[in-house]
Amino acid sequence: MRIFASLRIAGRALRRNKMRSLLTMLGIIIGVGAVIGSVSLTTGATKQVEDQVASLGESVITVFSGNFTQGAMRGGWGSAPTLTVADAVAVSGVKDVLAISPEVRDREQVLANGLNWNTQVMGESPDYPQIRNWEIAKGSMFSDQDVRSLAKSAVIGQTVADQLFPNENPVGQTIRIRNLPFLIVGVLAPKGFNLFGQDQDDTVVVPYTSHMHRITTRTFVNDILVQAANDKVINQVQADITDLLLARHRSKEQDFTVRNQLELMQTVTATSRLMGVLLAGVAAVSLVVGGIGIMNIMLVSVTERTREIGIRMAVGARAADILVQFLIEAVTLSAIGGSIGILGGMAFSWLISYLQHWPTLTPWFWVATAFVSSALIGVFSGFYPAWKASKLDPIDALRYE
Amino acid sequence: MPTNHVIKLDAIHKTYHTGEVDVHAVRGVSLEILPGEFVAIMGSSGSGKSTLMNMIGALDRPTDGHYWLDGIDISTLDRDALADIRNEKIGFVFQGFNLLSRTSALENVEMPMLYNRQRIPAHEQFERATHALGLVGLGQRADHHPNQLSGGQQQRVAIARALVNRPSLLLADEPTGNLDSQTSIEIMGVFQKLNEQGITIVMVTHELDVARYTKRMVILRDGKVVTDETVADRLNAEQELGKLKQAQQAVQLA
Repeated sequence: MRIFASLRIAGRALRRNKMRSLLTMLGIIIGVGAVIGSVSLTTGATKQVEDQVASLGESVITVFSGNFTQGAMRGGWGSAPTLTVADAVAVSGVKDVLAISPEVRDREQVLANGLNWNTQVMGESPDYPQIRNWEIAKGSMFSDQDVRSLAKSAVIGQTVADQLFPNENPVGQTIRIRNLPFLIVGVLAPKGFNLFGQDQDDTVVVPYTSHMHRITTRTFVNDILVQAANDKVINQVQADITDLLLARHRSKEQDFTVRNQLELMQTVTATSRLMGVLLAGVAAVSLVVGGIGIMNIMLVSVTERTREIGIRMAVGARAADILVQFLIEAVTLSAIGGSIGILGGMAFSWLISYLQHWPTLTPWFWVATAFVSSALIGVFSGFYPAWKASKLDPIDALRYE
Repeated sequence: MPTNHVIKLDAIHKTYHTGEVDVHAVRGVSLEILPGEFVAIMGSSGSGKSTLMNMIGALDRPTDGHYWLDGIDISTLDRDALADIRNEKIGFVFQGFNLLSRTSALENVEMPMLYNRQRIPAHEQFERATHALGLVGLGQRADHHPNQLSGGQQQRVAIARALVNRPSLLLADEPTGNLDSQTSIEIMGVFQKLNEQGITIVMVTHELDVARYTKRMVILRDGKVVTDETVADRLNAEQELGKLKQAQQAVQLA
């Protein structure tokens, strides 16, 4: 028998009992809907976190200065001044290091245009935009020459630009930091909030030398940003930096700490991934329950239609024809249920992102997986009833009341 | 072996092994039916006629003996091969009509063609089904569902379904058992007309009235053939229908 004819027979049989078909499908609809919905939500959340982590820069390693210990009190990472510019220069010589930036941070009141604003002033190297994967929207970054000459040049973030230069182009204007005039040479492109909820655009970036000698009087840096060639070498680079700094500091105890972006990303996304796995597990259970529902209804259907099976066999249907017919009915039920479930799950996640402004993303891989697995559930749950139907004796089936 | 017979039964036995007692339902039946015959197989319940019918209809296999249908020995075929024989060589008409409910007359008639080993194109299925419905006088009711048809009309649909694969043999099991006497005569008229066109018909019945429309009567008792004779006083369905109508008119006039 041809598949098309079987499909027509199956469609007719399912239409005969619309309500029952719908209720049978409901198990699969809910199961698949739950899978797609939960996967969309967790994928969206994971994607958002990954984007945020990526916005910190690609293949970035951060070396934080060490902890400060006085008596029994330990200050935690970054509390002790242990990293110097010389350390940073030495790190730049490590194999597979593309760029470095010694970082100095400080909060300052900055003035311009008769307005003022309290913001984070960062001392960085000219490689900073490259390391942070941050574009310059207007103007340009200050140069190595500016670093060497302790130049009073600055690049400002979008928030600072908005606060101090509303309706004006800040490039070429002057801002005053601790009463020193800094020439604005560029404006950074808007980057938004980081993982920890800080506005990354609320910043002024100056050469680290200028920061350390003109704004503050520091000899140590807060941390060193390092960009490795790629994610594959990042662990090796991290180990090399650790070795180098240990040698340079001549200390047994490590007075600094080295972290990379991948670790951070893994930590932050681990929770949402675990959540996704749990949700998918629950959804898989409900899919199995849906499959049992289909098997149940197909068994009822085979008993109900024993006479029909007898008639079909009497006019020449082979056992295989009957098997295929009932199998197709089961697969049609589960595949239609799966499709409705997919649409429902996508609609649900769309609704959530519309109402709650949560980021959602439906991966096509999961849509395909959900469809295929619902069809497979149809095959598995339909097989036993269909096999039972095909094994009926035509004489008994015809006499069945 | 002979090829001119539609049916040749040679010492057919059928024994059922149910529980402790073996039931010997058919005990050595030999029968030859030629093309164009119209045979009634008669007998009371328990005579073995249903069992014999199942074997003739390739629904069941004999325990012993041989059965040639259209020259093919089908007593040794497997389930699938029997299904193909039923599809191509035999048309069934049942007492209870056995139509698919909530399915139009046309689709009911098309159904056997779905299982044909030769792929029949959809338009040809439609033409053949329509033609078969025309043969039984139901050309106008192709899209009716069984519950919209009378008993006689349903049985006509079943006959059309039996004819649609152009079988060598039309096999009817108590075809008038669920019908009133006038409709029964009409159905017998359909059979007589088909038989005149050359279709071989074997009919199982326990009613002598119905058997008198056939050409030959085979009577079974205890699993054996006791009588096999030509019907002497054969009835013509058209004439009988005429008589019945006259009688009804007479009653109304009186």
